[in-house]
Amino acid sequence: MSFRRINALLLRYLLLYRQSWTRIMEIFFWPVMDLLVWGFLTAYLLKIGSNNVPALITFLIGSMIFWDLLYRAQQSVTISFLEDVWARNLLNIFVAPVTVSEFLTATFALGVIKVLVNGLVLALLAWLLYAFNIFQLGFTLIPFVLSLMLMGWAMGMVTVALIMRWGHAAEALAWGIPFLVQPLSAVFYPVSVLPVWLQPIAWALPSTYVFEGMRQVLATGIVPWHMFWWSLGLNAVYLIAAAVFFRYMFGVVREKGLLAKLGME
Amino acid sequence: MVIEVHDLVKKFNGTTAVDRLSFTAQRGEILGLLGPNGAGKTTAIQMLLGIIEPTAGSIRVFGQDIATHRQAILQRLNFSSAYVSLPQNLRVMDNLRVFAGIYGVANWREKAMELLRLFEIDGLATRKTGQLSSGESTRLHLCKALLNDPELLLLDEPTASLDPDIADKVRKLLRRIQRERGITVLYTSHNMREIEEICDRVIFLHHGRKMAEGPPREVIARFNQQTLEQVFIRIVRDGELQSAEPKSNP
Repeated sequence: MSFRRINALLLRYLLLYRQSWTRIMEIFFWPVMDLLVWGFLTAYLLKIGSNNVPALITFLIGSMIFWDLLYRAQQSVTISFLEDVWARNLLNIFVAPVTVSEFLTATFALGVIKVLVNGLVLALLAWLLYAFNIFQLGFTLIPFVLSLMLMGWAMGMVTVALIMRWGHAAEALAWGIPFLVQPLSAVFYPVSVLPVWLQPIAWALPSTYVFEGMRQVLATGIVPWHMFWWSLGLNAVYLIAAAVFFRYMFGVVREKGLLAKLGME
Repeated sequence: MVIEVHDLVKKFNGTTAVDRLSFTAQRGEILGLLGPNGAGKTTAIQMLLGIIEPTAGSIRVFGQDIATHRQAILQRLNFSSAYVSLPQNLRVMDNLRVFAGIYGVANWREKAMELLRLFEIDGLATRKTGQLSSGESTRLHLCKALLNDPELLLLDEPTASLDPDIADKVRKLLRRIQRERGITVLYTSHNMREIEEICDRVIFLHHGRKMAEGPPREVIARFNQQTLEQVFIRIVRDGELQSAEPKSNP
């Protein structure tokens, strides 16, 4: 892998933001809107519930922020790829001496930047508007966020592989796939709420351990490290599986001439 | 030899797009790949670029197999097509900066400005690519294609969107650059006059098969026609001419 080429690809994505206010707004608009909705809902529940609703309900804001970080990590991979498809620039990239791993690494790096920027803005807004301090999770925040990013990258690779294979018809997956796992990830409620037969599926997702872990930290102040290690282990499995799937699909796409078709349509 | 293609076959779901195609290209030669839509020109070029996997046959570029040395080969060539674009939201210089980074071009700013001047679009360096006319955009794409001083240039209908005046300027410029730098060019176009003007040698493809090969004048004479366009029409309208056609020159 060449750092120079990864840097050039990353620059290409960052320059897009420098020259487009709409793109910059897009990064913040939806998360901020989500934060407002969940924040005000939390404030309302606290108000009407008085003693019946625990103060822990503020975890909804933390869940929303964490969910957005996972979503941004996935989007950084898929939307970067789609930007090249939409610009009909895909062939320029893939007929240059760029390897698939360099291309993916550049999108991962973009994901890190987006997650950092988004996370800080949302954390600041949550603190200012709702006095919710996500940093009460302390340094445990970092591994949990890292775990969400890894899962986002794995989902991003699978999504891009599917778009390469099935073309423009599959573009909607870029936004849809994260929401397939959201109900099972126990983002806004504990796994115990799910039907018993769904719970093993939920525990097979790395994100579930992060959200359950976050709630435990907020409730008890104790970090359930075993949850983190489980999420990390599962992420390793998912990342390897996603990379294998991506490589296989890339081979199919080259065999069928679909990359060229996608890049020229 | 810069390009050595041997018995190249590509089948898509049982349909043969390229059928036992063999050809070579020497250093400093402009080779035209001609044929009607669906003849297999673009598929052949994309196999040369390693983005389509051949069903059978071999491709060697700069003496190396594309299947095993793709990255090293791509570093030494470049590509431009009327059917691909550079990101419209980026400024002209930013697009060149990104590709200079990818190809590892030293002194990228000087190199980019030199190419923009050569194609007479240096006044557009800070303009957004999406604001360029199609002619300016094509010339920018050619600047991108020359950024890494390629030894081999694959041009897929590079003048398709240009008016005759700009197309003529671009052709002359390409010819000049190619001669000065000794670049090998593989060129596809539907404009037969353009091909006659620019190519040292042509290969006619029809249904993925090579129907004729040689210098434009020789091919015209061999088919007893006046122009390459007439040869093109004859080959397309009678795909079985191959049997009547004498063996091409090596």
